[in-house]
Amino acid sequence: MPAVTDAAAPRTTLSLQARIALAIGAVVAIGGILVLIAALAYGRHAAREAFDRLLVGAASDIAESITIRDGVPIVDMPVSAFELLALAPRDRIDYRVVGRGGETLTGSDSTPRPDDALPISFYGGTFGAEPARYVAVVRRFAERGYTGPVEVIVGHTLHARRALAFDIAQNAVVVLGAAGVVIAVFAWLAVLSALRPLGRIGDALARRTPADLTPLAEPAPREVAALRDALNDFIARLQRQLNANRDLIADTAHQLRTPLAAIRVQLDAVKHEDDPAQQAALLDRARDRLVALSRLLDQLLSQGLVVHRGDAARKERLDLRDVALEIYEASELEIAASHHAITLDLPETEVAVTADRLSLTEAGKNLLGNGIRHGVPPIVFGVSGTPQEARLWVRDAGGGPDDAVLSRMGSRFLNGASAGAGGLGLAIAHAVATNHDGQLAPRRGDAGFEIAMVLPRETPP
Amino acid sequence: MILRLALCLGFVAGTGATAQELSERLGPPDAAQEMRVRSTTDLAVLRPVLESFLDARPDTAIVYEQWLSNNLYRRSLADCEQGPPGADLVISSAVHQLVEFVNRACAASYVSEETASLPAALSWRDELWGITREPAVIVYNRELVPTQDVPRSRFDLLDILRNRSERYAGRVATYDIEASGLGFLFAYADSLEATTFGGLLESFGRTGAVATCCSAEIMNGVLSGRYLIGYNILGSYAFDLAEENPQLGIVAPADYTLILARGAVIPRNAENAALAAGLVDYMLSPAGTDGLRDAHLLTDLDGLIDKGAAAEAFGASQLRPIELSPKLLVASDRQKRSLFNDLWRNAFPGQ
Repeated sequence: MPAVTDAAAPRTTLSLQARIALAIGAVVAIGGILVLIAALAYGRHAAREAFDRLLVGAASDIAESITIRDGVPIVDMPVSAFELLALAPRDRIDYRVVGRGGETLTGSDSTPRPDDALPISFYGGTFGAEPARYVAVVRRFAERGYTGPVEVIVGHTLHARRALAFDIAQNAVVVLGAAGVVIAVFAWLAVLSALRPLGRIGDALARRTPADLTPLAEPAPREVAALRDALNDFIARLQRQLNANRDLIADTAHQLRTPLAAIRVQLDAVKHEDDPAQQAALLDRARDRLVALSRLLDQLLSQGLVVHRGDAARKERLDLRDVALEIYEASELEIAASHHAITLDLPETEVAVTADRLSLTEAGKNLLGNGIRHGVPPIVFGVSGTPQEARLWVRDAGGGPDDAVLSRMGSRFLNGASAGAGGLGLAIAHAVATNHDGQLAPRRGDAGFEIAMVLPRETPP
Repeated sequence: MILRLALCLGFVAGTGATAQELSERLGPPDAAQEMRVRSTTDLAVLRPVLESFLDARPDTAIVYEQWLSNNLYRRSLADCEQGPPGADLVISSAVHQLVEFVNRACAASYVSEETASLPAALSWRDELWGITREPAVIVYNRELVPTQDVPRSRFDLLDILRNRSERYAGRVATYDIEASGLGFLFAYADSLEATTFGGLLESFGRTGAVATCCSAEIMNGVLSGRYLIGYNILGSYAFDLAEENPQLGIVAPADYTLILARGAVIPRNAENAALAAGLVDYMLSPAGTDGLRDAHLLTDLDGLIDKGAAAEAFGASQLRPIELSPKLLVASDRQKRSLFNDLWRNAFPGQ
């Protein structure tokens, strides 16, 4: 087994603010890179579109200016074409007009020609040592003496395109950067305001006196409210535990005081009695009292345990028949001592409940013990069930306890002298039944008295 | 003056068509560094500016070569494409050729405070800079042309050619656009500015006007009385000559006056590009522009009015600077030139 570090302080992980800052930073950074790439691509595309139109405009201008004179195409180069091209002020201009035979009519002989003879084709090339963009526009003639195409090629270098693309991308990045800053600031403010209730709850807890177990009343948004409500639940459980402990101590003191006083009186009487026979009788009575007292003590502890477990114990799925058998086995000594025959009545099929095994067993032992001690044989102990409920019951032929006892079975304080351990056993069973959303159901009939713990039945899986 | 005339005659005689007209070394003989400037500008005009540039740089010398514009262009292109390093700085009045030169990626880029201060229309790609402002003017002989005949605009010129053709026929001269790059540029710019150009060509043809090679020859002809009027003459030369010859009248046409900014480029394979850049900066600096103004190479609107070439009412909107932009590439287009030359030859048959 790995060594367990003793009393390790709970780990504090990265703050939520830092996490959100990281997340937003990552989003803005990744988004920024994507937008930068997109902006560059868009800028290049837009610049290409814009300046390609310029090229086509210039080439069309030149194509329009061609006339056929004596079977020869004559280009009266229009200034407007170059005015268009001069809109890219720093770019060098290359042009060429090619006749149907591939001969250069005017312009530069070294201007590259397109691969395909489309009406309009765009292509890249080099002009001198620089990359350039070209367009070729074909004008077809059907004139006397000249039938065929004249190809006008216009190109220019890429300075203006690059400048425009860069400009567009730069603007996009500036806008994105501003948006990123705004997003980050707003996210930061949102996180600060979202986390403020946590701080308030923490402060409220820190300010409390140790005895203050009232629920927290700080307002909180839904997410934080879950934490607050869980804390309040926890505080309520703590409050109940504390109450249970206090009650146990009070009960125990209350229940023990009377029998102890009685025993002391008897022992005092023994001291003042000279007759040995009377002395022995008094000692026997004191002993009986002590036996009863020890049983009472057991039950008080048992009640304390049950009440304690009511909140704390984990409930599990149980077969009530198993629980009954366990109770029966745990009570065998008492059964043997009572000389009664106890009949066990269990159904064929499982009777499932969700319950705390220990509480249930304690409660059952108390019910069965009451039956053995106070009941009139025949005594039957059993389990039965309807689709909605499960019953663990004890039946005897007697009349059962007084109505007064039954009516007080839910209350804590029972008169130990009058009701004794029997009433306390009922109180324990009642507490367990209540803890399991059930009830304690006494029934007096012609055949005798039956008391049952009725619990909600778990539906078979 | 005599030298210039002789040079012009020499060209007309057909010698040295592909070589420089003149080469001279300026600066101390033992200068540590030397740059080669090729220019269409007369050395006599530019000399004071170059000398004041060299005064501040005792270790520098300039080899100055004076070329005809078309020859300079051919040579510079050849140097760019295959030749050994040629000029370190090329200055030409035929700026459409320099635009073509830049467009062929033959020029080196250079940026300085001075070049950046040029208006956008007078520089291109930080490779071509307009260093002068020279109007295209009409010159006339004050003694032979009566005041009422002095053409204040192209319309006046058209009118006297139509109404007084018996006096002016054959006695109006202008550049031969096939021989002179600058002449072609002015004629081309005229053709873009107004429809008067067509009328002028027609009148020139009808009255037998003369097209010849050089500003010097035209102006000397005007002074001697052989011609009465010269059209589209570079103002810088005219103002220079008028200082000594008061009978030379100068008019900036009131309909519009073309303003040429002589261009400078540093060839990309220049060996002394830094020196050339220094000279460009100098010519654009206050000291340089003062020198250029004294040499009549920087004539603005106020200068035109001061010199009496333009009336007081002359406005800046009447000045049409020739933009240094890729639009000038049209002027270098093969078919455009050939169409334009055809048009010209129809007007000047047999010359």
